[in-house]
Amino acid sequence: MAAADHAVSAPDVAAAEPRRSTGPGLVFWCALGWIVALVAAAAFADLLPLPSPSDMDLLERRAAPSAEHWLGTDNLGRDVAARLVFGARTSLTVGLCAPLIGLVLGGAAGLLAGYFRGRVDTFVSGAVDVLLAFPPLVLALAVTAFLGQSLLNMTLILGFLGIPVFTRVARSATLALAQREFVTAARALGATHARILLHELLPNVALPLGAFLLVAVAVTIVVETILSFLGLGVPPPQASWGSMIGEGRESLDSAAWLAFTPAAVMFVTVLAFNLVGDTVRAITDPRRALRS
Amino acid sequence: MASLVVRRLLYLLPVLFGVALLTFLIASLLPGDLATVLLGDQATPETLAALRHDLGLDRPILLRFAHWLGEVLQGDLGRSYRTGQTVVAAIAERLPVSIELMLLAQGAALVVAIPLAIACAVREGGRFDRIVTGAAFASLSVPSLLSAIVLIWLLAVQLQWLPATGYVPLGEDVAGNLRSLALPALTLAMGEWPALMRVLRSDMISTLKEDYIAMARAKGLRPARVLLVHALKPSSLTLVTVAGINIARLLGGAVVVETIFALPGIGRLLIGSIFTRDLVLLQGVVLFVGIAFVLVNLAVDMLYAVLDPRIRHGGS
Repeated sequence: MAAADHAVSAPDVAAAEPRRSTGPGLVFWCALGWIVALVAAAAFADLLPLPSPSDMDLLERRAAPSAEHWLGTDNLGRDVAARLVFGARTSLTVGLCAPLIGLVLGGAAGLLAGYFRGRVDTFVSGAVDVLLAFPPLVLALAVTAFLGQSLLNMTLILGFLGIPVFTRVARSATLALAQREFVTAARALGATHARILLHELLPNVALPLGAFLLVAVAVTIVVETILSFLGLGVPPPQASWGSMIGEGRESLDSAAWLAFTPAAVMFVTVLAFNLVGDTVRAITDPRRALRS
Repeated sequence: MASLVVRRLLYLLPVLFGVALLTFLIASLLPGDLATVLLGDQATPETLAALRHDLGLDRPILLRFAHWLGEVLQGDLGRSYRTGQTVVAAIAERLPVSIELMLLAQGAALVVAIPLAIACAVREGGRFDRIVTGAAFASLSVPSLLSAIVLIWLLAVQLQWLPATGYVPLGEDVAGNLRSLALPALTLAMGEWPALMRVLRSDMISTLKEDYIAMARAKGLRPARVLLVHALKPSSLTLVTVAGINIARLLGGAVVVETIFALPGIGRLLIGSIFTRDLVLLQGVVLFVGIAFVLVNLAVDMLYAVLDPRIRHGGS
């Protein structure tokens, strides 16, 4: 929980420290490469030469890596590599779809609040404050526990939880942009509210929102892992990194790698999304463009 | 100052009302109401309807909300149907554990973050700064789940220095209590120090460029005095905000850490109420967590005004 919320506060912190380097470096390309490879592996998991992720082989429990099982087997003799790849499918589906829900709904609300201000803004900002008062994990847990555990439910809930943060990002960007000359000019030319919102403001607000999207993906993957770890994620036997870590924790004294492997994969993935998001934000930061 | 407090409080009232409304709606609109939970498998439509009537669940939702809100305002959050304990008593029993964990974790995080941030800010862009800033960025990507299992494996399984589970109450054995909270607090601190370090570092860097710092240095004050007395306080505004948000959040219990280390705090209480479908308890705890978050944030805003005279006098 701590980490999930930390990552939420990270962008504000990072935004204050613009990068000195001019272009994306090697680390950025490594991070991007990892993301592309992971997405490809998850998308084409069925075509990869992997054993089934749910077939148990009780004679070969906690086996060391071999030609048949690249990363060994878990407590029930299931192939770890296959479970990692299919777990990536779960994590990436939720991690990529949920922030899109938050982006669209939160972005729209923030755009309207920042443009019309007044009552609309008071209402939207108040609703955001209410939603942010609840620890996100608490809402997610309560709702998944009662609505039932499924990939769709989890995606919808985590998407809903992303709305307030996206609203804030879009609102503050719009507030600043709405004072600029091009908006005044458009208004003077007789443009309608809809035209100003969609043609003048949206393309400019889309940049900070898009950069934030990548960070939101990282946060969502962490929350998904935590939900699965607590036993409230996708129902078994479907693989997910969180449930793998949870099962591996039971044998931390005898086979620590069963918990460490999925945890490491999750860490690298989250780090990769944060790195790419940070770089994209630095590139699209208007303050940086003004300076250079 | 007084008007600032009043203004903030007036704004808070609708937010607190919204928190209460959302809490009530979550527990009311979810499928499976208290009657079905209480009767379980033996429920027939008739007994269900009778119990719903007894519990007042067949009344319109707005009426039920008004009734519930009235009780909440009198400090009555209801009773857990499982244990019969009042929700207020259950929270009061668990809260000290979460508060102690929060204080230890924040303390540890600040002890690491403040010296590192000052050292980085003094030599901005130096090798030490680059290493620490890089480490902080990487640490932000480490979920508490991961640091927890690494710490358990290293300090409890391999080195056997600290217990991985088993909470010892403070009243029984102070040393044992601290030992049982050491790993959870360390886990939380690992997630907190990077954000604290980063905000203090960047605020400190801009403070150190101010004229009055150059003046203090020119007067021949010792560098340590300039840093700790003249630069630290004006640089700590954002730090206070971030620490305040952390405190507000951790008051609601660290769900993951309390679960992994089996600590009887608010987070575990909440998870327990979810798994046992204890709706009244769930509702009460969620409301408490939400209100605590709003109020601690208010306190942080007030602290801001104390730390920075400009907010008290200028601005509005």
